[in-house]
Amino acid sequence: MIRVEKRTQLPKHHHLIAALIAFVIAFSSGCIIFLCLGVNPLTAYLAMFKGVFGSFHSFSEVLVKATPLTFTGLAVAVAAMMMLWNIGAEGQLVWGGIFAAGTALYLLPSAPVSLLIPMIIAASACGGMMWALIPGILKARFNVNEILTTLLLNYVAIIYMEHLFYGPWRDPAGFGFPGTAQIPEAAHLVRFVGTRIHLGFPLALICALLLFFLLNKSVWGYQIRVIGSEVRAARYAGFNVTRQTLTVMALSGALAGMAGMAEVCGIHYRLQTGLAVGYGYDGIIVAWLAQLNPLAVPFTAVLLGALFVGGEQLQTVLGLPSTISLILEAALLFGLFGGQAMIKYKIALASPTEQSQPAPHNNGKMS
Amino acid sequence: MIDDITFIAQISIKSSVAVLLATIGEIITERGGVLNLGVEGMMLVGALAGFAAGFASQNASVAIAAGMLAGGLLSLVHAFFTIKLHSNQVLCGLALTILGTGLANFLGRPLIGAAGIRIRPVQLPYLSDIPVLGDIFFYQSPFAYGAYILVPLAWYILFKTRTGLILRAVGEDAASADAAGINVALTRTLCIFTGGLFAGLAGTYLSLSYTPGWKETMTGGQGWIAIAMVIFCTWNPLRAFFGALLFGGLTALQFFFQAASIDIIPSYILKMMPYLLTIGVLVIVTTSSKRHKSASPADLGVPFIREQ
Repeated sequence: MIRVEKRTQLPKHHHLIAALIAFVIAFSSGCIIFLCLGVNPLTAYLAMFKGVFGSFHSFSEVLVKATPLTFTGLAVAVAAMMMLWNIGAEGQLVWGGIFAAGTALYLLPSAPVSLLIPMIIAASACGGMMWALIPGILKARFNVNEILTTLLLNYVAIIYMEHLFYGPWRDPAGFGFPGTAQIPEAAHLVRFVGTRIHLGFPLALICALLLFFLLNKSVWGYQIRVIGSEVRAARYAGFNVTRQTLTVMALSGALAGMAGMAEVCGIHYRLQTGLAVGYGYDGIIVAWLAQLNPLAVPFTAVLLGALFVGGEQLQTVLGLPSTISLILEAALLFGLFGGQAMIKYKIALASPTEQSQPAPHNNGKMS
Repeated sequence: MIDDITFIAQISIKSSVAVLLATIGEIITERGGVLNLGVEGMMLVGALAGFAAGFASQNASVAIAAGMLAGGLLSLVHAFFTIKLHSNQVLCGLALTILGTGLANFLGRPLIGAAGIRIRPVQLPYLSDIPVLGDIFFYQSPFAYGAYILVPLAWYILFKTRTGLILRAVGEDAASADAAGINVALTRTLCIFTGGLFAGLAGTYLSLSYTPGWKETMTGGQGWIAIAMVIFCTWNPLRAFFGALLFGGLTALQFFFQAASIDIIPSYILKMMPYLLTIGVLVIVTTSSKRHKSASPADLGVPFIREQ
């Protein structure tokens, strides 16, 4: 039998330890999966490692993937600080992409770079914000469960985006290919030294830094953290929970929206199916692996990005489906639960005799 | 005209079966006091396992059993982490959906496009001869007949038996139930497992009967809609029937408009409707009904840790 006892004191650096345990557990689960597939885990992990660190270019691809993941990770983290569950980063990302593409293609198609790029960034933030405020208002005003509303709105956003690029926004010169026309060159985010790393990456890092200071050094951040840990105390202290629900959801949506902008203006240069590939959901894992610390988010985003790039490498080198990275991703999150439990509780293997006696059965009479 | 209505009604039932089965399962899980947001993942894994087992064995019973078991096994992951390790139930459920989606994507890759077995609609003798209603209710997949039985059965067990009383006691006040000698951890584990079996069955219905075949996106959010329907029906299985029918009805209308090529409403709006309607229903239920608050199991989502 496994026995669980609460620890009286949390160890130092417990966040880091939990993350390390998560990593070890995910790594071991990966070993088991590879063994089940008849692949030597060492060969597989080596292929992943080479795929990530093998060349400058391959590692740059990790940072390319980490860019939207940092944005969505921050989006999930800021909401979770207040115990709001934003599972809708995917839909907000889509709206950010729609607004970015719309601005570049239809609103300001001939604006100069210096005007267009800031406008696009602002527009994408507004797009994400708008979409996140729907569940935000429903939560603040009517206390409607935001987990379900944010999630269900993802489907609505994707259906609308598909309608746009299959219908009114479809590229007339695209030979029926589903997608909008390419956005003007002025709207392309600048790329660095021959890689696909673009302006979105430093922008995401700046957002992480700003969010850290906002959460830890401002009155607003203090209120958010108090509401998140003890909502009744916060109400008693006179904090306006309704208003903060709205500001947090707006900020969260804006961050997720910028992820969509980064993808559209940094990578695809048009609105197309490749936009909604699950970065919004991955953001949940990024945020919680970082244990909601904005400064840790870029690191966990890079870790997840490496997992994806490594997973693709498994496909090309060993012929394993790249979706194995999805399983490893889930294993990381479950590993984190295991890690947190190991820190909070002493887990000991105990013989059944050591366990406390079960309470006597009293013939089903319940008080 | 009457044919059209019969057609829409028949498709409505057909489209609501998966949501209905998953809703019943989640009601049982939540009545026991545990929130499992992994329904979508369990449905997908169930759909894949059912399809794969049917493909390999060519036997419908084996396929259904495999689908249910796969959902049930995945739910035990949730049970281990939430009950044994007291992990956050919301986060754990999300992780379960990610895991289920990953497993289904990964393991199902070779089966995409494969032709498995189909479980076709069966006309029930005598009952299907009833005019109109016969065609609507009794010319359906055997899964639908299973659901007709399981809905009242779940209600009966929950509210009229001792088992149901114990189950609800654990969900309402785990500490008191524990003091009364009920094994809270075991009861909750069984509730989660039952929910998993139902979600697996719902998935199997999709891959064997509703849209036979395997596709990674075949659940299309139905697991999430089921979780919302649990709130809509205030944790009562009998009301789940109406919730699921609402979803099925909209899906049927979408088919009907497409088949009849009526474009009063653009098709993308129709596609959004089930999700928007589910949100609408959530808003109405949360704002208007006082019943909603009292109906929610009091200890839902609260881990039970016995003080020693």
